Amino acid sequence: MTGTVDESALIAALRTGDDAVFAQLVDQYSPSMLRIARGYVKSHESAEDVVQDVWIGVVKGIAKFEGRSTIRTWLFAVLVKIAKARAIRERRDAEHAVAVFTGRTVDPARFRPAGDQLPGHWKEPPAPFPQTPEGSMLDKELIAIAEREIQRLPEIQRIVVSLRDMLGFDSNEVCELLSISKANQRVLLHRGRAAVRQELEDYLGDR
Amino acid sequence: MDCNELVELVTAYLDGSLSSETRARFDEHLLGCDGCENYLEQFRVTIATIGKVKDEQLDPVFRARLLEAFRDWR
Repeated sequence: MTGTVDESALIAALRTGDDAVFAQLVDQYSPSMLRIARGYVKSHESAEDVVQDVWIGVVKGIAKFEGRSTIRTWLFAVLVKIAKARAIRERRDAEHAVAVFTGRTVDPARFRPAGDQLPGHWKEPPAPFPQTPEGSMLDKELIAIAEREIQRLPEIQRIVVSLRDMLGFDSNEVCELLSISKANQRVLLHRGRAAVRQELEDYLGDR
Repeated sequence: MDCNELVELVTAYLDGSLSSETRARFDEHLLGCDGCENYLEQFRVTIATIGKVKDEQLDPVFRARLLEAFRDWR
């Protein structure tokens, strides 16, 4: 996903104002850019404005792009900057969500209490999730549940989970894009994933 | 390492960011604990499932607006 294959050709085409190449990049990246922007701003319309500003910024700055990063990393770096500025204008404090979390990601009631023979061990061990063949009904249901739960995550968790697990950015890229520490990135990602896991487990357990 | 500690370290484990000593304790616990082995596998399935979420198609009106902005700039 992060290959630099032929990106110099794309950049050159953009510089000459190639419509088709621009459209290709827009189609490739805008949906995930909207998803990330939506983590910062209040409405879908706002997110569209952000994404439009990113593209305008990118084509205006294309002469200065040196190809040291991939197009994708560059786009998302510009996106985060513009989305944050917009979030501040909308008085949404995107930073406050980068709080230190101390809570547990699994309900403590699922573990044996202190004083038990095996304190801290599962009371009822989790059951394996069933195999879900690609494209099966259950597979689709689980994907829909995961997506719904991601929408419900606190915004910075949602952004980290989306960047890491949906878009495939690695932890270093995410730390740099969001200006957060590695430890913080890991906590946010872990909490987000754990919340989705819990939803999947609840759903599978209720069937 | 107890189960309730292990569950908080899964992302660090999968990212390869545990110290070698903690990783060894994690692996040792897994060997003797089916519950945690299942938990780790559930976590892997969760990550894979999140990876299958598809972005929506771009709204055609919005797409047209972007392409128009590009033409204006050019």
